[in-house]
Formats: sequence, C-alpha cells, structure tokens
Amino acid sequence: MTNSIAEIEQAPVIFIIGSNTTEAHPVISYRVKKAAREGSKIIVADPRMIELAEYADIWMQHRPGTDVALLNGMVHIILKEGLWDRKFVEERTEGFDELQEAVAKFTPELASKITGVPEEKIIEAARLYAEADASAILYAMGITQHISGTDNVLTLANLAMLTGNLGKPNAGVNPLRGQNNVQGACDMGGLPNVYPGYQKVGDPEVAEKFAKAWGEIPGETPGLTMMEMMEAAENGKIKALYIMGENPVLSEPDSNHSKKALSSLDFLVVQDIFLSETAELADVVLPGASFAEKEGTFTNTERRVQRVRRGINPLAGSRADWEIILELAHRLGYKWDYQSPEEIFKEMTELTPSYRGIEYGRIEKEGLQWPCPGRDHPGTKFLHEGEFPRGKGKFHGIDFIPPAELPDEEYPFLLTTGRKLAHYHTGTLSRRSSGLSGIDPEEMVEINPNDAERLGLEKGDLMVIASRRGEVTARANPTERVPEKVIFMTFHFSESAANVLTNPVLDPVAKIPEFKVCGVKIKKAE
Amino acid sequence: MAQITVKINGQEVKIDRGKSLLQACEQIGVDVPTLCYHPRVAIAGACRLCMVEDKKSGQLVASCTLEADEGMEIETESPRVVEARKLVLDLLLASHDVDCFACERNGNCRLQDYAYRYEIERTSFPGERREFPLDNQNPFFERDYNRCIQCGLCVRACHEIPQAGAIDFANRGFSSEIATPFNVPLEESTCVFCGMCVELCPVGALVPKLDRFTGRPWELEKVKTTCAYCGVGCQIELNINDGRVVGINGYEDCKPNYGDLCVKGKFGWDYIHHPDRLTSPLIRKEGKLVPATWEEALDYTAQRLKEIKEGFGGEALGGLTSAKCTNEENYLFQKFVRTALATHNIDHCARL
Repeated sequence: MTNSIAEIEQAPVIFIIGSNTTEAHPVISYRVKKAAREGSKIIVADPRMIELAEYADIWMQHRPGTDVALLNGMVHIILKEGLWDRKFVEERTEGFDELQEAVAKFTPELASKITGVPEEKIIEAARLYAEADASAILYAMGITQHISGTDNVLTLANLAMLTGNLGKPNAGVNPLRGQNNVQGACDMGGLPNVYPGYQKVGDPEVAEKFAKAWGEIPGETPGLTMMEMMEAAENGKIKALYIMGENPVLSEPDSNHSKKALSSLDFLVVQDIFLSETAELADVVLPGASFAEKEGTFTNTERRVQRVRRGINPLAGSRADWEIILELAHRLGYKWDYQSPEEIFKEMTELTPSYRGIEYGRIEKEGLQWPCPGRDHPGTKFLHEGEFPRGKGKFHGIDFIPPAELPDEEYPFLLTTGRKLAHYHTGTLSRRSSGLSGIDPEEMVEINPNDAERLGLEKGDLMVIASRRGEVTARANPTERVPEKVIFMTFHFSESAANVLTNPVLDPVAKIPEFKVCGVKIKKAE
Repeated sequence: MAQITVKINGQEVKIDRGKSLLQACEQIGVDVPTLCYHPRVAIAGACRLCMVEDKKSGQLVASCTLEADEGMEIETESPRVVEARKLVLDLLLASHDVDCFACERNGNCRLQDYAYRYEIERTSFPGERREFPLDNQNPFFERDYNRCIQCGLCVRACHEIPQAGAIDFANRGFSSEIATPFNVPLEESTCVFCGMCVELCPVGALVPKLDRFTGRPWELEKVKTTCAYCGVGCQIELNINDGRVVGINGYEDCKPNYGDLCVKGKFGWDYIHHPDRLTSPLIRKEGKLVPATWEEALDYTAQRLKEIKEGFGGEALGGLTSAKCTNEENYLFQKFVRTALATHNIDHCARL
C-alpha cells in the first residue's frame, strides 16, 4: 500500500476495485464500513455484488476483465470536465499528453458499451473520486489477475496521479496483499529479478555488493518466474525444485499441467507443515514449523514489519524452516553461522536500504513501516511525498484489451475465481481448522438464479463445470451476487479445484495468470 | 486542546475537555468498576456500575456517559456509591448462573471480581428466573445466556466492528434477551463469526468451543505475535497452556488492528496441532513416501541438489520460497538459492 490501514477511516472517498475486502481482508473492511458510517463516500467496482457494494454510494458492476475501459472512461470525464489537479500534474508527472491521447476515445458511451456500466454511473464515480480532498484506491487480485493486470494497475496510477491522490495522507493506490507475508517474501528478494529490497538483478553495483556479502553469485540475467519454472520443468530444462511452504498444484492455473510438470522433475523437495497436494509428488518431504513455533518477522500489506514470536516449540519431529535451510546450506559447503533469526535479520538489514533502520528492539511494541533507512527514522506512513522513486510520475497511455478467453458458444459461461471468508488460499491450513471447515465444508459455486433455473439446478445440486483444460464437480449456490452468465468459484477446495479450469495465459510483464476470466460450460451432474 | 480541572476523591486532575468522568478516573489510576463499557465500542451507560457521586449536586451519575466539566468534584467509593453498586450487582446475580467452577471465565470474570470486591456472596432476590438452553450449534462458540448480564457489549461489537448486525436485544423487561432476528441459529443469521462479541463479553456467556476445558485463565501464558492468515497482519496473543496453543485473542493496544479480528484469526488456529502435521521427514522409496531420519533426508537432499548442480549447472535448479514463512526465512531461502544452488530461479506465489 502507498498509504496506511489507519488512513482508510479518514479518507473522504474510498474507491474499491477488484477487492472483495469483506472476505479476503476482513479487518480492512471493518475500517471501510466505519468510514462509510461516518460519512466517507464509497465507490465499488466489482462484477459481483460483494458485501461492500451494499455500503457503496456508487456500485459499478462492470464485466470481468473490463477494468481499463472503466478507468479510462473515468479519466476521460475528469479531463473533459477539468476536474484534474493541474499543479500536481505539472510539478510531479510526465507523459500527460500520452494519457490524453489514450483516453480520448473512451467516452462514457464507449466505456459503458465495453463495461456494461450505465454512463451516468461512470460519470458520477469520476466526479466523486476527483472532487474529494483525498481519495483512496483499494485494490486486490481482481485488478492484477488478468492478462491486462499490469495495464490495470498503471491505469489506477494514472487516475490517482491525475487527481493528485498520491504522496499525501488518506489517499493513494493501495494493493491489499493476500497472504500474511507475501509483502515480506517480495521485499526479501523472493523474486527472480531482484535481490532483497528490490535491488535489481543486472545492476553491476548491486551485483558487486551482494558478491561481497555472499561470495559467488549467479550471472546477471534474471531467473524464471514460477510459471516459467513449471514450463521449464516440463521440458526438462529444470531438473530439481526446492519448494518451501507453497502448494503450486492447487494455486497455479491449469492444475493438471502443474502436476505433470512437477512429476517430470528429477528431484523435488518440499518443505511444509502438512502433506500438501504438492508434497505428495515430492521425492523428499521436510517437516517445517508453523508461525506459532518460531521467531521472526512478517511484513504486512501496509509495509509494516512486525514480530512473530515463538509460543511453543516446533512439534516433535519438525524443525523451524530457517534451521532446515541452514542445515542444507552446511551440507552444500556453505558454513553460515546464524544462531537465531535475529542474526539473519541483522544481515538482511545491512544489505537492504529500505529496512536498514529496523531492528527487533524497535518493533517490540509496534511494527515499523518501511522505508526506514536509519535507526532514528520513524518509518514511512505513506509513500511518494514530494517525489516518486523515479523522479516524476509517469502517465501511461493504455488501451483496452479483452481477456484472453471469453465465453463462446461451446463454453458459454464466464468463470471468475477468488476467496471466501472462512478459507485461505489452497485450504491447507483452514480446512484443517474444525470451525472453519465446519461452517464452510465444500465449494458452493455462485451462479445466477436465472441460469440455475435454466439448467435445472437447485441449491446444493451437483454440477459439472468444464473448461478447455479440464472439468470439476461442485455444488451449486444460486445467488444474485453474480450476474447472469458469470459463475464464481474459490480455489480453496482440492476436490473441486477451480484451477483445473483456469486459463494459464499470463500478463506479459508481471507474469500473473488470468485467474479472473475463462470460458466454461456447465451441466447438472447425473 | 483545552483542559479542565476536576476533583476525584479529593485529588485534582487536569483532563482534556470532552473526556468522560470515567476517563478522568482512568487517567489517575482510580479503578471504577464497569461492565458495559469498552473503549472499542460506543458508550451505552447500561449497567450503572460505574456510578460515582457528584458532590455538588449529591447525585449518583454514570461516569462513563457524563462528560467531565470544570470544577466537578466526585467521590468514587462513597458509602452511597458502594450501596448502589451492591444493589446493581445483587440484581445482576439474580439472573446469572453462578456455576463458576464450570465456567471458562472463572478467575477472569469482571462480575465475579466485583461481587467479591463488594462482598456479595449470593443474590438476595431469589425470585423467578429464566432458563435458557445452551446454544452450541455453531462450530465456533457456545452461547450460554444463563450467564448473560445483558450489558450489550456483544450487540455493540457486532453492529460496530464488522457491522454484521446479527444480534440485538429482543423483547422487553423480564423477557429481554440477546437474539438473532426471529431467533434463527447464528449460522443462518448475518453473523460472520469474527468473535468480537466473544472477545468483549465480560462474563462467561460467550466462550470459544476450542478453548473449553483447556486451561484456567491463570494457567495461560500469553505470547504476542502476528496472525498468519491474510496480509493485514493483525496483532494477536497466543494463549498457551502446557506447550499447546489453546486459544487466540486480539491484541488491543497497537496498530494495525487494535484488537479486531476475523473468523480465521480468532478461531482458525487449530491446524497448529492437527494430527496431519508432518512430524518426520519422508523419502520416496519404491514409489512411496516413507519416514526417514533428519540426517538421512538432509544428506540425501543435499547430495541430489549437488549432483544436479554439478551435472547441469544452476539453471537446472529452482526454488519456490513462501509467503507464509518469515522474512528471515525468505531472506535465507533466496540467499540459499542464489548461492548454494547458483541460480536466480527463485519465486513464490505473490501472483496467485
């Protein structure tokens, strides 16, 4: 997030797009609802009637995958009606002409035609967003999990920069991160193109710094992303994978393909606390420890580095994950000598400018938000005050491209996927919680009641859902939450895994799969 | 901010205008008993236990609802105050099951503490009582309204924190009770099972099922940590007894959640001790994963990784690190991949 969770309550306008906040980030939804009660205006853009739509002053039910058209339509109005922040645009941005050019054609008429949202709503939303003293955008994977994911994010950035909603409190472009430490895993360099702190692979100065600290490091070409590794595994270029606490069999699109890829490895080692669907394919399984069993830190979605403390010892027979990695390093000839996670953290902060000022002693009571470059630095509540990392903020002229696989005659329904309140990711943890699995034991596919009636489906009936990649069986839940011809599934349930169906096509920049749109056909199970 | 001066039990205190008498008392450490008050939700002034004596008017006033005003003088434990509190407690106990030995909150119950403090051994109103069946239908917590004192904290928590609006006061007078609309089971109501009602309940009316019979409050060790579900990073306390996690509560005194939790954070922790937990390394032998010693598994893994690295180079290797693991583990893992495995093929499920 560019801004902080506590600022949400203060934002005069909150624009939520591609985030079912109530179910995926419940505590943040409490802040949104509190703000709404205290007078903030809420704009929701979501193809589904998510709970926050009930709190919204304007709810735009756009067709899945049409975000760029919707947002360009808003930008078009803001420009046409002169609602943009001239001072901010002049002083802090570049590429304004490019933006103007790109959105010229996105009249309300065209935006409405592509998105299915009535023109007046788009106009109203644009005015509301642009005219407030501060407007905060909250988004999640409804924005990113498209082949146009990067475009969607850039378009949101356009909207925020045009209206001066960056670099100040109660505003910003705020991605809500899905997993407890997905922010931290990125910050720590768990990505093929960056070292810790987003220091680029390929930058000779960075390479020199890490070579000095670590010894020999690989060449300066970025490595492969997860999806690319899967492909490389299948065609034999990658022969061994070490997977720690991930379950790609269920989390990747086109599960059958992922399984095949992992099975064709010469050697697969999986470190996890349960025998996940991925661990079942492994040659070696190493039992790690849960968060309650180890010391360390997580970094939350607002960049706050917070302590994780050991309440109990690792269960008999299991080990803290850092100790396992250390044991393997020793066996491969790396005599690293860390006595505790705190020692690892210290080394990391020495190499990571944005974390340099953080130490365990400073985050005992409350976490600190990076960037925190020095020991006297109080941490950073919101980013981009005065200047962007690259200097001027760059507008990108973005055109609308439709999703890669839209419904057609053979696969007439659009499948979109996401999360539910009681479950978490691939269900490895939440389905082993008695309460959570008790309240929500199985997939309930959301389908519009009119579609359900046409197919003869009643609540609880088994239905077969098939895409070009595979088919699964799950129960129907007729509900007005989804429009006609759109169905919604989660990826929490291995026995009806939505990712058997999803389309593995990627956003060309971020390499994010298009989980949010693919074509499926449905019939009642015999 | 403008400050005013009030006198509490003869002691002068300066406090920001707009604060309540109760907050003025808190500021100087004067302990005024409360049951229906909680700083995280709106003030109701319902229980009347926080009454104090206004010396100028001679009235008993609810200190939680009354704004402190310049020159006020109050007594917090005058004979009149104590007498009134005794009556309040006496009346509360008239409709409260005092089976404290079976109650999870025994030893951590404000009603129990105040009854002791004001020397109420039993109620002096042995009249008719309502009997409520125990509701343990939902998978998360029990509702035993025989213990409910109708302070309304659960109602305000429900309406104000998740804004679920699943429960409210129903009926009036002697018949009043906390209920869902038309008394439907909680699972069929708008309840989102965030457990905030359970957290704010000052007595034992709402109790997590998983916590039942796993330890008395005074036996529990509390360890502050960060929730491991979504990216909000709620601050929580693990409740630990005898080497096992037996419950979780929200930590109220800091960002980002100030005590608020959701259903996963509050109730979804029991996977920690699930029998499916892996407790031995496994190695595939003749197609099957079979238990192995740590030495064997680590040696074999290192040997295979080394062989492939030497045979095909780092490009033939890759690592997926974990958005569930700590920063320290992620740092170490990517360092391991980039040095020991000699490749930048490192990623995780940030995109998924």
